[in-house]
Amino acid sequence: MELLAVFSPLVAFLIAGIFGKKIGDKGAQFVTCAGVIIAAFSSVILFFDVILNLDINNEAYTTILMTWIDSGDFKVKWALRIDQLSVVMMCVINIVSACVHVYSIGYMSHDPAKGRFMAYLSLFTFAMLMLVTADNLLQLFFGWEGVGLASYLLIGFWNHKHSANAAAQKAFIVNRVGDFGLALGIMATFVIFGSIEFETIFKDPAQYAHTMIHFMGYDFHALTVICLLLFMGAVGKSAQLGLHTWLPDAMEGPTPVSALIHAATMVTAGVFLIARFSPVFEYAPNALMVVTIFGALTAFVAATIGMTQYDIKRVIAYSTMSQLGYMFFALGVSAYSAAMFHLMTHAFFKALLFLGAGSVIHAMSDEQDMRNMGGIWKKIPLTYGLMWIGSLALAGIPPFAGFFSKDMVLEAAWADNSAVGTFAYIMGIAAAFMTAFYTWRMLLMTFHGQPRASKKVMSHIHESPMVMLLPLLVLATGAVLAGAVFYGGFVGSAHHNDGKISTALLLHDENAHEEIAEHKMEDVKSETEKHDTSEIQQPPENGAEAIVQKAEEIKDIVVEGTEQVDAFVKENAEEVGEAAGVVKAIISSEVKDVTEAPEGHVILWSRDFFWHDAIKVLPENDTVEAAHSVPEWVKHLPLLVGLLGIGGAYLAYMFYTGIPATVVRIFKPIHTLFFNKWFFDPIYDAVFVKTAIRLGGVFWRVGDKTMIDGFGPDGVAKVSSSFAKLLSRFQTGYVYQYALVMMIALVVIISWFVFKDQNLVQTFAQNSSAHVEGGNVL
Amino acid sequence: MMPPILSIMIFLPLICAAMIATVRGEKGDEVLVAKNVKHLAFFGSLFVVAFSLFLYANFDPANPGFQFTEKYSWFKTAGLNYHLGVDGISIYFVLLSAFLTPICILASWNSVKTRVKEYMIAFMVLESFMIGTFSALDGILFYVFFEGVLIPMFLIIGIWGGPRRVYASYKFFLYTLLGSVLMLIALLTLYVQEGTSDIPELMDRHIDIGLQKWLWVAFFASFAVKMPMWPVHTWLPDAHVEAPTAGSVILAGVLLKMGGYGFLRFSLPIMPDASIYFAPFVMWLSVIAIIYTSLVALVQEDMKKLIAYSSVAHMGFVTLGIFTFTQQGIEGAIFQMISHGVISAALFLCVGVVYDRLHTREIGRYGGLVKNMPKYAVVFMIFMLGSVGLPGTSGFVGEFLSLLGAFQADTIIAAFATTGVVLGAAYMLVLYRRVIFGPQGNKDAASMKDLTMMEKAIFLPLVLLVFYMGIYSPVITNVLNAPVQNMIADMNVSKEALPHNEATMEKGDHHG
Repeated sequence: MELLAVFSPLVAFLIAGIFGKKIGDKGAQFVTCAGVIIAAFSSVILFFDVILNLDINNEAYTTILMTWIDSGDFKVKWALRIDQLSVVMMCVINIVSACVHVYSIGYMSHDPAKGRFMAYLSLFTFAMLMLVTADNLLQLFFGWEGVGLASYLLIGFWNHKHSANAAAQKAFIVNRVGDFGLALGIMATFVIFGSIEFETIFKDPAQYAHTMIHFMGYDFHALTVICLLLFMGAVGKSAQLGLHTWLPDAMEGPTPVSALIHAATMVTAGVFLIARFSPVFEYAPNALMVVTIFGALTAFVAATIGMTQYDIKRVIAYSTMSQLGYMFFALGVSAYSAAMFHLMTHAFFKALLFLGAGSVIHAMSDEQDMRNMGGIWKKIPLTYGLMWIGSLALAGIPPFAGFFSKDMVLEAAWADNSAVGTFAYIMGIAAAFMTAFYTWRMLLMTFHGQPRASKKVMSHIHESPMVMLLPLLVLATGAVLAGAVFYGGFVGSAHHNDGKISTALLLHDENAHEEIAEHKMEDVKSETEKHDTSEIQQPPENGAEAIVQKAEEIKDIVVEGTEQVDAFVKENAEEVGEAAGVVKAIISSEVKDVTEAPEGHVILWSRDFFWHDAIKVLPENDTVEAAHSVPEWVKHLPLLVGLLGIGGAYLAYMFYTGIPATVVRIFKPIHTLFFNKWFFDPIYDAVFVKTAIRLGGVFWRVGDKTMIDGFGPDGVAKVSSSFAKLLSRFQTGYVYQYALVMMIALVVIISWFVFKDQNLVQTFAQNSSAHVEGGNVL
Repeated sequence: MMPPILSIMIFLPLICAAMIATVRGEKGDEVLVAKNVKHLAFFGSLFVVAFSLFLYANFDPANPGFQFTEKYSWFKTAGLNYHLGVDGISIYFVLLSAFLTPICILASWNSVKTRVKEYMIAFMVLESFMIGTFSALDGILFYVFFEGVLIPMFLIIGIWGGPRRVYASYKFFLYTLLGSVLMLIALLTLYVQEGTSDIPELMDRHIDIGLQKWLWVAFFASFAVKMPMWPVHTWLPDAHVEAPTAGSVILAGVLLKMGGYGFLRFSLPIMPDASIYFAPFVMWLSVIAIIYTSLVALVQEDMKKLIAYSSVAHMGFVTLGIFTFTQQGIEGAIFQMISHGVISAALFLCVGVVYDRLHTREIGRYGGLVKNMPKYAVVFMIFMLGSVGLPGTSGFVGEFLSLLGAFQADTIIAAFATTGVVLGAAYMLVLYRRVIFGPQGNKDAASMKDLTMMEKAIFLPLVLLVFYMGIYSPVITNVLNAPVQNMIADMNVSKEALPHNEATMEKGDHHG
């Protein structure tokens, strides 16, 4: 199954890539979509197998494929590690990727190179799957660079555009800077652990908790060095502050690419890496602190920039960067499962937002500047509604997915009860306000107000075709439900029944289990029914009326996707049903390995059950647990600031449209700073790019030509030719150089005599006559 | 009893060359003569490939010693022997030489029009000497082949080269000759001191540390020039720029490996203490080479020059890896040499493809080739990525293993050297972008035809090799494990035997 889940995109890529001409665009689209959809189904099956399977012996396994490198102690194999963490990632990757594949059929319908595009998407999917299923650091690095390559190819997909090529190149090189750290981290891991296989590394990292490493001339705490080097890789790939400059530029790629690679999957690879290395990071508290600070600053800075941008895709890009910051500070406070939770929900709603934005761009004849939009919500109501869902999820409004995960992240930061944790919380709250603000700024600028586009563009505006809307509906379902459904599993406590669909059971009372399981089934059923009833209430015929009342409208949109919702809930029901069945099996076979709470309460749909050993947290660092008992105001503040942000955006962009200009005028310097993205690009350009090129020029012209050649061959030529002229003029060709070389040789021999130990000189002297003769013979 | 297969592989091309020399035709029949000559050369070199495969098939990877050995007395009075043999370290170099020659002949098929006969003779002689270099087990014999290679190469650049060929070949000659003379002196000294020039015998001798250092320096002068290492690298860009495509292919593919091979064959086993003594020096030179030449490559306007400088940087990883004296470092270095042999050869062929069409190597004259040459774009990209060291291509394995070795020896050096992966990506991507992507600025460039069947046939095996070695590296390292382990074990012995142990490797580990 795991082979199917990982390699079908590769097969699809190879077919579409090599035989693209023969099978045509249609063929390529079919093959790649089929490949990824097969992979998606396979990974869902794996999800059931691994996460919802309570057979303790059969949950995580590694499939060895073949040897990659075998050099002394350094042995690396191609392998697929299937455990909770990789399965969650596989599901996210494959589902989002399948949506994006299908969406691309519609979005790229006017492009002449459809087949190539689809092939690249599949290549990306494969590389990403190799990354998350790696059982050693080097295979992870393979996937890591592989997704970088796919990203490079896709950003520069429109390769006639200068800006696209520049952005692609920048993305690759900036990522390489991060990879520089990652590569060193892999080497350091090998030196300390004697292996780069996860199995060995995670077995007992505690034994290296006090090991020192001699690095860059100093002795450092080994695990901290390793973790920081790995983190450097994550900073590059996940666009954290410092190495983030490539991400906004990456928006040069077609929008489906932005959704898949630069929002949902590739950029979360860094989060995955650190979550994967949680057993090691737990013993490197200083590294965790650095991660927290970077994450918090990224969340904040990106949000400030997001508020000032006009390109709709760039706004979402900065929002992505900001949300990644959330994930990182969650990791930093040891709330790995919260980070993964936010990763998962974010994948859905951000992909939805991007693809929605793509629909807008598609409808507006490739216009991306929000200043040229406005007044189009009536023309594309479905896209509009879907954007609303995405925005609500992003702003963290209940009951949308983002609410659960973002709150969890913030609560965990608070619960860390440390200076950096509190710092992250404050930064996170500030960013949450800005997030809500810029999201609604985007919504209002894009869809409301007076139309600012040309008449020609306005007359062309049309709702996207079904092939584009369907994937959006799938993602919207995720953006609505993923938070509520998976809250318990990802971050829910095993000790309290606080997850919405948690199943509490008393180990001592068999009836209770069944009762609770049934109860849960009913819950799900009633939810299903709720949707059914809402379907009965036909949506108002006049869509415009419905939109007056936002909440109603969203519901209507959801109704349109009832089929998907139903399917999802049914799938969920199965999941729950299966879980209940398995629980029963466990109890009957009296397996004691199930997490047992002191009180004798075990909640099945809890993070312990969900993650098992895939994520390791030291008990004293367990902020996710502590997050469940933070003060009420800590829990509610994010929602409050989110609502404030939305309100602020309404004020500034709907009711009192003069406000933005006034604010900009008053806070001119700050706005300049934000608007120019804190001047990272020009500074980097001056410090690194220009310096490198200048150095290259100096090395070449002065170093190579003047110094080395000047004193070397050219100089020799000059000297020797004048020398030769002085001596005689009958020598032609290169004979005089021979002479010169012989002289140099003579000098060396003489110096050898001078420096040689005495006895050797004697030996040489004895043999020298014979030697010279022999030399002549040769 | 095995047939003397190494001798066959050395003499077959020479016989072929002799046959080519006898091909004559009526006046005005030059075309026919050229055709016959090309066919002769091509099939001759294919025979060598067949023999090399036979050699490979019968090679025992578990045996760390020399195999297929042949030993005949050469100069009885002087005790010199014609001694051949291959071990795990050299066998892939023999294979590489055998494989690249037919590719070179194909690559010259249409582009060489003058003096075809002499050209092919030069290549046949070149092949013979290359194989001889990598299979010689006698110091003097090695020297003959090692220097003999220069002669056909010198002619190829000097006769079929570009406009500044005289300057380039002069520079090439001057540099390498300087090293050669010193090496000859060192070899003679060894011969005088130890009474033999037989390499396996010399490996068992313990030479006085003082003498070792001198010998080491002399050998180093020769090998460093051949590598080439910074700062004696400036002959390479000029030689490449002026050489015809096939000349560049052999130069980058095989000739550059002779230096690294020399280190492994002479410096480490015969002068182990001196090697350890000089290791930091070599490693720092390597790091300088990596960073310096990568930066220089970044500002090049000539495609060949850029790739030539990138070769110097890649060879920096080789010398770095060798002088870490770790299993990973040395295996990585050898892997890097083989991989670079394929990738850089292919890159020069890529340049050749467009040079044949537009007769310029200036990067600025191209652009937007992906439109009219999509297949070429794909091929070029594969080798570009191999050069960048993308995991999954052969370029990655060698680079990473060398760096891993370096990290164990000295983390500072490793960290500096690893910046090469960033710079390497920079110059290659810049090159690729300017040539392949962007708008089509030049009409002539925009009307160039995509790859011909012949070109595809040339590239296909190279593409497959790049991926095969990149995904399943034991194909190379299997044969390396035993001899490299042996070599390191011998070096450790000598390190312990060293009274004033100037151990240069600061192990960066410390479990606890």
